[in-house]
Amino acid sequence: MTTAPERIVVVGASLAGLTAAQHLRARGYAGALTLVGDEPHRPYDRPPLSKQVLRGLFSADTTLPHPPDLGVEFRLGQPATRLDLSERAVELGDGSRLPYDRLLIATGTRARPWPDPEEAALAGVFTLRGRDDAQRLGARLQARPDRVVLVGGGFIGFEVASTCRDLDIPVTLLVRDAVPLAAALGPRLGGLIGDVAREKGVDLRLESEIERMEARDGHLVAVTLKDGTRIESDCLVAAIGTLRNVEWLAGSGLEADAGGLRCDAFCRALHEDGGVAEGVFAAGDVARWPNPHDDDALVAVEHWGNARAQGETAAANMLAGDASAMRRHDHLPDFWSQQFGLTIKLVGLAEGADSFAVMHGSLEERCLLAAYGRDGRTIAAASIDSARWLPAYKAAIRERAPFPPIADAVDQPRLRVQEP
Amino acid sequence: MKVVVDLNRCQAYAQCLYAAPGHFALHGKEALVYDPSPDEAARGEIERAVHACPVRAITAYSDDTTAGEAA
Ligand SMILES: Cc1cc2nc3c(=O)[nH]c(=O)nc-3n(C[C@H](O)[C@H](O)[C@H](O)COP(=O)(O)OP(=O)(O)OC[C@H]3O[C@@H](n4cnc5c(N)ncnc54)[C@H](O)[C@@H]3O)c2cc1C
Ligand code: SF4
Repeated sequence: MTTAPERIVVVGASLAGLTAAQHLRARGYAGALTLVGDEPHRPYDRPPLSKQVLRGLFSADTTLPHPPDLGVEFRLGQPATRLDLSERAVELGDGSRLPYDRLLIATGTRARPWPDPEEAALAGVFTLRGRDDAQRLGARLQARPDRVVLVGGGFIGFEVASTCRDLDIPVTLLVRDAVPLAAALGPRLGGLIGDVAREKGVDLRLESEIERMEARDGHLVAVTLKDGTRIESDCLVAAIGTLRNVEWLAGSGLEADAGGLRCDAFCRALHEDGGVAEGVFAAGDVARWPNPHDDDALVAVEHWGNARAQGETAAANMLAGDASAMRRHDHLPDFWSQQFGLTIKLVGLAEGADSFAVMHGSLEERCLLAAYGRDGRTIAAASIDSARWLPAYKAAIRERAPFPPIADAVDQPRLRVQEP
Repeated sequence: MKVVVDLNRCQAYAQCLYAAPGHFALHGKEALVYDPSPDEAARGEIERAVHACPVRAITAYSDDTTAGEAA
């Protein structure tokens, strides 16, 4: 049994870090608790940024609520720059050292920058990850650009495109793949969202990529696509994925790379040699963990629900003493997105599915629940404006019930199993 | 105050809309949008919304006014 912690340091002052802090206190931890964040802000919520905040609805202040007696020392605007495992200390940008007896690494991800640094630096070229990004882009959208060019066929790209249409701003959405959102939802639902986007006036261009940007006086004026098309625009948003914030762990001996910080089933960070790093835990977007719902395949889940669940599990395990008292992070990945007036929700991971069945509603109505299968087992379920059906499928996914799962014995023979 | 809604949990039951109409709204059939930073004066309404939500998706607390913002 290791001794009870007295000094807990959390690096990354966002959703996972704050959730962990709350659960540490809720479980009675009364010792020192420090939250280190390189952003100047208190922990805030990101999902509204691409949705209502950009649109200018309600307040842009999405600071996360927490109990008044949290008793946390915030060290904000201060990056952790180095981790010394043998001395059990974290070094900050200002040279100070924070000793810990438990450490939570929750440094998340950042927006993948536009690959050409000169183009990335042009005025009018944006990425979206944090509050300050949303503020800059929101101000630009309020000034009504003639056309916004969005690059990236993921959820954030579609959400921003949706927001632009809500503001009646013309938008061209460039997607490299033949079908948008296919990795997360499969081609059928991805294609459906693409259709909806087009109906709402998005100039959606599939299998399209930018060849180069044109600038005048340091300001973007147009882009040229690989197929030679030239599009005039002074506002481009690159929503081309994320990079994990692991650079500060270089040389620490932890196994961290572009795939994330490797941890075990109990959220304990692992050494490069595979051993457990005593007292060091990981949670949220940065963590790469064995997913029990997928034969322990390593996964990094960049969703809100995982950051919350893993922050909670890590907190419990930080106080558990030894492994026998720890609990497994067995969170079933879940996700939502709001765009073009639709709410899309996903439970489980649909990537790699080989079969698909609409269980309720229909693609035509754009109101449906669909299940995904692989090798005869149910692995995921997605809903479009039918969230109330979703919880009923969670158990089937957890148990990896035969596919298609039993929905309603009367309807069962009518189910049509298709390719995803 | 500060408010966050777990939208994985939310099932668009809309009870919060009735409890605090100026601070929660539905866009489309189930896309809930809400005020993440309502005025302290709205406390009564927000607390009613927290309690009205059948899936307990809403979390709200008063603003944290303690120091410690800077490094
Ligand atoms: C625009 C947008 C919309 C989204 N919408 C949805 C949605 O609809 N549904 C959904 O499920 N998910 C959504 N997400 C994803 C969700 O917000 C993330 O999964 C969640 O924020 C992850 O939380 P985290 O605490 O693990 O990491 P992060 O939120 O990335 O926080 C990590 C923090 O650590 C800081 N940090 C990094 N390095 C250091 C360092 N060396 N020292 C100190 N601090 C450091 C970072 O600056 C950051 O503040 C969205 C994300 C974005 C950006
Ligand atoms: S009451 Fe709860 S479930 Fe209903 S809309 Fe509001 S947050 Fe969602």
